[in-house]
Amino acid sequence: MTGHVPLSWFLALSAVLFSLGVAGFIFRRNIITMFMSIELILNAVNLTFITFAYQRQQVAGHLFAFFVMVVAAAEAAVGLAIILTVFKNRETLNIDDLDSMKN
Amino acid sequence: MDSFIVISLIKIFVVFGALMTILAYLQWVERKVIAHIQVRPGPYRVGPHGLLQPLADVVKLITKEDLIPPYVNKTLYLAAPFVAMTMALLSIAVIPFGPKIPVFGYQTYMELADLNFGVLFVLAVSSMGIYGIVLAGWSSNNKYALLGGLRSSAQMISYELPLALAIAAPLLISNTLSLRKLVETQDGWLWNWNLFHGFQYVSFIVFMIAAFAETNRIPFDLPEAENELVAGFHTEYSSMKFASFFMAEYANMITVSCMATLLFLGGWVAPWPAAYGSGYVPVAIFAVAGVVTIWRGLNPRRARDRFTFPPFGVVFLVAAAVFLVPLLQSMLLPLFWFCAKTGAILFLFMWIRGTLPRFRYDQLMGFAWKILFPIAMLNLLATGLAVALFS
Amino acid sequence: MDLILFIVFALIAVVAAINVVVQRHPISSAVSLIAVMGSLAVLYLLLGAEFLAAAQVIVYAGAIMVLFVFVIMLLNAGGETKAGRSFVASLLGVPVLVALLILLTYFTARIYPRQTEVHFGGFRGGTAQAVGRALFTTYLLPFEITSILILIAIVGAIVLARKELE
Repeated sequence: MTGHVPLSWFLALSAVLFSLGVAGFIFRRNIITMFMSIELILNAVNLTFITFAYQRQQVAGHLFAFFVMVVAAAEAAVGLAIILTVFKNRETLNIDDLDSMKN
Repeated sequence: MDSFIVISLIKIFVVFGALMTILAYLQWVERKVIAHIQVRPGPYRVGPHGLLQPLADVVKLITKEDLIPPYVNKTLYLAAPFVAMTMALLSIAVIPFGPKIPVFGYQTYMELADLNFGVLFVLAVSSMGIYGIVLAGWSSNNKYALLGGLRSSAQMISYELPLALAIAAPLLISNTLSLRKLVETQDGWLWNWNLFHGFQYVSFIVFMIAAFAETNRIPFDLPEAENELVAGFHTEYSSMKFASFFMAEYANMITVSCMATLLFLGGWVAPWPAAYGSGYVPVAIFAVAGVVTIWRGLNPRRARDRFTFPPFGVVFLVAAAVFLVPLLQSMLLPLFWFCAKTGAILFLFMWIRGTLPRFRYDQLMGFAWKILFPIAMLNLLATGLAVALFS
Repeated sequence: MDLILFIVFALIAVVAAINVVVQRHPISSAVSLIAVMGSLAVLYLLLGAEFLAAAQVIVYAGAIMVLFVFVIMLLNAGGETKAGRSFVASLLGVPVLVALLILLTYFTARIYPRQTEVHFGGFRGGTAQAVGRALFTTYLLPFEITSILILIAIVGAIVLARKELE
C-alpha cells in the first residue's frame, strides 16, 4: 500500500537524534545543555523501543520507554538540584571550570 | 470519508466561532458580575447594558500601537503569546458537548475529535500551556516579568499534581479515559453523577482549588499580582499580544469548567431522566425569564429600562419556544445542560474573584504541598480501595 | 498520509535537535528540545503508542522540561562562552559525527530492509488499559523499584536544595 512508512525510517531517525545528542554532550561546555543532550539521547532510545514494540506487536517496548521516562524524571530532579548547588558555590555553568578534582 | 471531512470542517467553524464569541462575552459577564457584587452597574455605555463593550474592547486592542521593547529576545517574545493562545484553544477539540446527533442525515458526535484518551490529552495540552507564560516572562528582559514567570512555573508544577490526582479519582469510578464514556457512565439520576458518588465531593473541591491555581485566577493570581509585580509576566506586552494572553486565560477557564462538568457533574446529561420531564426545564426557565423581563420593562425602575428590557424579554420567549421544537430538542437539550453546568462553574470563578483576597506566595506553595497534595493522595487511595471493595 | 506525517514531524525533530546542539543560549536549546519531544509524541501516536504519547508530553515536555527552563531562568546565566578547545577536537569533531551518523543509518537500513511498513492503526496494544495491565502484572517488580527510585530522587533533591539555605 502507498503512503506507508518503512519501519527502518523510524530507526534511522532515532539514530540521527542519538548521534546529535552524543555530539551535543561532547561539544557543548554548558552543564545544562549537556544535560539536555542526555535527554535527547534518552528520547531517541525511547523511539527505538516503541518502533520495536510496533514490529513485535507487543506492549513490552512501551513499558521500557515508560521506565526510561520515570528514570529521566528522577535524574532531572537530582541533576538540576546538583547544578543549582554547583552554581551557588562556583558561579559558573562551564564544565571546564569545574576541575578542582583534577589537581 | 469526504462527508467526514466536510462535517468536521463545519464543526470546527461552528465551535471556533462560538468559542471566540463566548471568550469575548465572558469578559463582559465577568465585569458585570463583579460590578454587581460590588454594588455598581459595570459597563453600561456601549450598547444596551454595555452589551457592545466586548466589540469596543476588540477594536481598541487591535488599533493600539504594537510595541516591541528593545533588549527582548525577539523570537521567544513573539512566540510566547502564540503558544499560550494555541495551547489554551487546543484542548476544546476533545471536549464533547453532547451525544450523537443527526445532521443532514449524517450521524455525528457533538465534539471535534473523539479520542479514547481525551483526559490525558487535556492534561498534556494544559501542561504545555505553562510555556507561554514562562517564555513571556523570560524573554521580556524585565525583572517583574521574570519574577512573574518564575512564580507561575513553580505554581503550575505544584498544582498540577493535586489536579491530576483529583482527576484520577472519578476516572477510577467511571473506569475509562474517554471523556464521552465518562459522561455515559453518569447517565440517569442526579446521584449517578461522580460528584455525589460517595465522598467524591472531596476530589471535586481539590480539583476546583487546583484549577483556580492552574488558570492563575484569584486567589492564586500570584504571577500577575499588580501591587508587587506591576502586571507580572505580561508587563511588556501591548495590543493584540496582550489580548492573546487575556483570551488564553479565559479559554483556560472555559476548559477547566468543561472538565469539571464532564468529570463530576455528568456533562450534558440532565439531572433526572427525560421521562420525568427534565426536557421542559429550559422552556420553563426561559419563559419565566422572558415574562419577568417584560414585566420589568413595563414597570421600569430606571427610565431607559422601558426601551431595553422588552426586546430582551421577547428574545427569552423565543428561546423558550425554540426548545419546544421536537426536531431541535435532541441537539439543544444536551447543549443546554452542558452550558448550564459549565456556566455555573464559570460563575463560581467570578464569584470567588469578587470575594476573596490574594494569597501570599509562601502560603500558596505551602498550601499546595502540605495540605492539598496529601488530601488528594489520601482521597485517591480511599477511592481506589472503595472501588476495589464495592465493584 | 502516514508518510507525510512522518516526514513532516521527523524533519521538525531533526531540525530542532540540530538546534539543541548548535544554539549558544541554554533557553533556546530547551525550547528546541521541547519541539523535538512534541514531534516525537506525534510519531509515537503513529506507532500506536497513545498512552506513551500522552505521557511523553505530560512527563517529558510538561514536567521535566519545565524544570529545565525553571532552572535556566533562576540562574539567569548568559550564553555559553567559547572555551579554548583542543585542536584535534575542533578539526575532527564534525567529520566524525557525520561518519557516525552515516554508519548508524546505513546499518539500520541494512539490518531492517523494508520488511515491515508502519501505518496508523497497525498496532492497537498501546492503550492506557494495555499498558496498565502489563505494568501491574508482568512488570510489577520493576514498577515498584522505580517508585523507590523516585522516592530516593525526591529525598536527594530536597537534601541538595536544603544545603543552600543554611
